[in-house]
Amino acid sequence: MTDFDPVIGLEVHAELLTRSKMFCGCAVVDSTAAEPNSSVCEICSGMPGSLPVINQRAVEYALRVALALNCSIAETSVFARKNYFYPDLPKGFQITQYEFPLATDGWIEIDDPSAPVSSKRVRIRRVHLEEDTGKLVHRERHSLVDYNRSGVPLLEIVSEPDLGSADQARLYSLSLRSLLRYLEVNSGDLEKGVMRFEANVSLRPAGSVELGTRTEIKNLNSFRALSRSIEYEIDRQATLLRSGKPVAQDTLGWNEEQQITVSQRSKEEAHDYRYFPEPDLPPLHIDETWVEQIRADLPELPAVKRARFMSEYGLNAYAAGVLTAERSTAAFYEAAIESSQGTSPVKIANWLSGDLFGLLNEAGVEIDQSKVTSEALAGLVALVETGQISAASGKAVLDVLFAEGGSPESVVEKEGLAQVQDQAAIRLIVEQVLSNNPDQVSEYLAGKPALSEWFVGQIMRETRGKADPARVRTELDAALLALNDQEQSQSGR
Amino acid sequence: MALTHEEVRAIAHLARLQLTDEEVERFAGQLSDVLDYAARLNEVDTSEISPTASVLPMNAPLRPDEVRPCPPRDQLLANAPDPAGGMFRVPRVLELEP
Amino acid sequence: MAELTDLSMLEAASALRAGDVSSTELTRACLDRIRAIDGDVHAFLTVTDDLALAQAEAADRKFKTRPGEELPLVLGIPIAVKDVLCVEGVPTTCGSRILEGYRPPYSATSVTRLVEAGAVILGKANTDEFAMGSSTENSAYGVSHNPWNLDRVPGGSSGGPAAAVAARMCFAALGTDTGGSVRQPAAFCGVSGLKTSYGRISRYGLIAYGSSLDTVGALARNIADLAPIFSLMAGHDPLDSTSVTDPVPEIRLNGADLRELRIGVPKEYFIEGLQPEVETAVREAIDAFRGMGAEIREISLPHTDLAVPVYYLIAPAEASANLARYDGVRYGPRRGPGKYPDDYFVTRGELFGDEVKRRIMLGTYALSAGYYDAYYGQAQKVRTLIKQDFDAAFKDVDLIACPVAPTTAFGIGAHGDDPLSMYLEDVFTLPANLAGIPGLSFPVGFDSDGLPIGMQFMAPHLKEAQLFSAAHTYQSATSWHTSWPEL
Ligand SMILES: [Mg+2]
Ligand SMILES: [Zn+2]
Repeated sequence: MTDFDPVIGLEVHAELLTRSKMFCGCAVVDSTAAEPNSSVCEICSGMPGSLPVINQRAVEYALRVALALNCSIAETSVFARKNYFYPDLPKGFQITQYEFPLATDGWIEIDDPSAPVSSKRVRIRRVHLEEDTGKLVHRERHSLVDYNRSGVPLLEIVSEPDLGSADQARLYSLSLRSLLRYLEVNSGDLEKGVMRFEANVSLRPAGSVELGTRTEIKNLNSFRALSRSIEYEIDRQATLLRSGKPVAQDTLGWNEEQQITVSQRSKEEAHDYRYFPEPDLPPLHIDETWVEQIRADLPELPAVKRARFMSEYGLNAYAAGVLTAERSTAAFYEAAIESSQGTSPVKIANWLSGDLFGLLNEAGVEIDQSKVTSEALAGLVALVETGQISAASGKAVLDVLFAEGGSPESVVEKEGLAQVQDQAAIRLIVEQVLSNNPDQVSEYLAGKPALSEWFVGQIMRETRGKADPARVRTELDAALLALNDQEQSQSGR
Repeated sequence: MALTHEEVRAIAHLARLQLTDEEVERFAGQLSDVLDYAARLNEVDTSEISPTASVLPMNAPLRPDEVRPCPPRDQLLANAPDPAGGMFRVPRVLELEP
Repeated sequence: MAELTDLSMLEAASALRAGDVSSTELTRACLDRIRAIDGDVHAFLTVTDDLALAQAEAADRKFKTRPGEELPLVLGIPIAVKDVLCVEGVPTTCGSRILEGYRPPYSATSVTRLVEAGAVILGKANTDEFAMGSSTENSAYGVSHNPWNLDRVPGGSSGGPAAAVAARMCFAALGTDTGGSVRQPAAFCGVSGLKTSYGRISRYGLIAYGSSLDTVGALARNIADLAPIFSLMAGHDPLDSTSVTDPVPEIRLNGADLRELRIGVPKEYFIEGLQPEVETAVREAIDAFRGMGAEIREISLPHTDLAVPVYYLIAPAEASANLARYDGVRYGPRRGPGKYPDDYFVTRGELFGDEVKRRIMLGTYALSAGYYDAYYGQAQKVRTLIKQDFDAAFKDVDLIACPVAPTTAFGIGAHGDDPLSMYLEDVFTLPANLAGIPGLSFPVGFDSDGLPIGMQFMAPHLKEAQLFSAAHTYQSATSWHTSWPEL
């Protein structure tokens, strides 16, 4: 489909990992698991007379994100009331920011698979703080309200309509998720609803700058729903436009079962949120020294780290991407390099992203909980690289380390996996094998060079795989050459 | 400016107030009186004036991120008109979230 | 000794300290008087006999176990609390059927501070529904009557507290003042009423009406009685983000020298429609201050006549959001067919009274798309001009003196079904709320019908101490505050 260009912007709502809620002291609990209404007070349930007080850490976390997104921080921002009625909204309004948000005008670079690396810059329009709503559980005839989630700090991140495809939208949201986890402000557990997306989608004729009518898809809770719904919406709008029909401005929902977008606007009314400044909260002043402190304390961010891993460790874009997607993985990797004393970082990367990741995934274990320490992994890779154990033994050692922990050296010793390196010992075995197989030697000498592979196999079997294959080959070649010379001189006599 | 009955109904809808026809009639007149009176504000030149949302020359205080024990759930639900299973029960909500 | 309930609060406090009377006796005297006359006055919505007697006993124990110690002046003193302030476990209705049966799980900070100092809570006093009104006629639980003339209103919205103090059913009462709701009923009932500076007393637990205007105040039989109540309730509260951290001033009531005092008299407050007897009494009181050495200056607050339209856009706008939580989900009764969203409409339509519905609609309209700038936005800007009027005036004067209300207490039903005419009654009290400054209302005479007339002092933000010392000096020299209605 090349006749229309999609124009997509995203609004991302991310819960912040504070201990207490945005405006009250109730603990932030996992609202998918906790007893309903077990962490609720007069403030977050909207009891008459209660008042909000801003959580400092929520502001700090918001500033972290805003700075990491290269935003300008407003010296003064203002909380506002967004008025609407819904049973999960206890005060009949949400405290949010409207006219004067915390931060504006930032950008993030995302990984576009159609280009080598970090090539797409998406502009961030605004970042602001607000409170989450409660949750409704629907029964046949009733709905039940749980306010545990009510008042949890929410960060809203609004992009400019810079995304050109469902895939870019997905990559953008993945990059944001990675960033939020790097900043340790959000768990990234989408299945627990800690990140939610809203997409606005419009089409314009290819090459045109005029924007088309946009629709808004609300309440998208997974990357899959995000990209599927956008794909669907692009197709739907394109079909309309191709047949000369207009796209109606609308608010849509994503029907998961049928995989279609559905209009959500109630027939009778457009929303009129009647925003006005929250009179219970004076303006939020952000001290510049605080901002600078937070900026100085920001960790190295995924895009920067990825580029550095490529230039500093010689990783390719893919490997660097895999190893920097999570801050903990990158830290593990660099700790391994640190303790490796010169082992190739590329080899360590291979072992980490290949073998160890495989074990972790299979067992569903996070890297920080792994029994394989970064030091052990580095030691293991060094053993293989210096030929002290075979690659096959290396995998066996990793299995043991993963199950039991400990150092690779002790596992090698305990399992007797050390490679036979002794030249003389290998020579002895080579000679033994050759003298035990005179027929094969004769055949070889008669002109069947492929038999050398068979001799290698015999020697390795003799040493139960512990001989260094390279040395075996050297000794075998030398012995066979000597036998050959011998036969030449005999026949020449 | 006189509010029409339709306008009064629209406002009442936004505010989730069911009004009788008699109320619509009465409130249309009374609200129009007040809005007419308020129209005098638009005669004041405020082009150079900034709005006052609060009289206090203060910034929002920030609270340390500390957990405060919350009241027992029974107490929270004690005033509920229809509590059920530790939750607030309402008629089945059909409309999707706003 | 005279009737116990005739004592002023400070006289009662002295009697308690001297051991002449116990808190239990004071409390029983108040409860008896409530039983005897509140059927006529209807100042109380809830009387908390058991709570009061338990608190009184606790106070008496304190007097016994800690004699000679400096105990809070309110210890053992029976007071009433306006029914918009939360008292834990005690029905708190805001005069509305939408909160019928509601028992808050916590107490307002202002109430807690008094209770911790040992005050005895007699009950919850009547109010216009959600403090929206100037007469208590908007209470869903019936109008309160003015103790000076039962056919007249006590004023509002703190009409219950004012009537209770005037009728000597309690020694003092807590009120709230969003547009005059302490000062005007104090004037109508011949008692002293304090509106504090915005931010001075925590609003935590004050059920919101107009959040940028709401203040906690108090009513008592004289200025001296108000001082210890103010001092206890005032001061920073971390639960209210608009609570100021400035230190609470010490209130000195030792016959201040008024020769240094400059009192401004705003010409815009002496207008057509002002009842001549009110003007006369207020001017005589101002003359009395001149006689005591104060310098009287005529001043101008040029935007005064805009206070009514500004207030009646801003307060309803805030109220429209503040009252959105009354939806029959978490508390209060629910009405309707058991369907969503029908129950929302029916609950709110049936259980809010007319005045509340009017203000919710007015505020909803003022904030709605397309009207915000012309109404709410413009009102906020003119509010700036009104505040600037005061800033300018207080460069030249220490206090501003003016009438509290254009008339004395009007008859029940006098404003019929004309809300605008009722709103115009608030013309002299609204400006202080819009500017966030403190005000004090105290009696300065009676009209020919024997109804009390009040005068108002206003002072710069947080300068409550100035109000107290000047007004107390006046009360030391006059006796208006010592007359009581026969009941
Ligand atoms: Mg939002
Ligand atoms: Zn809470």
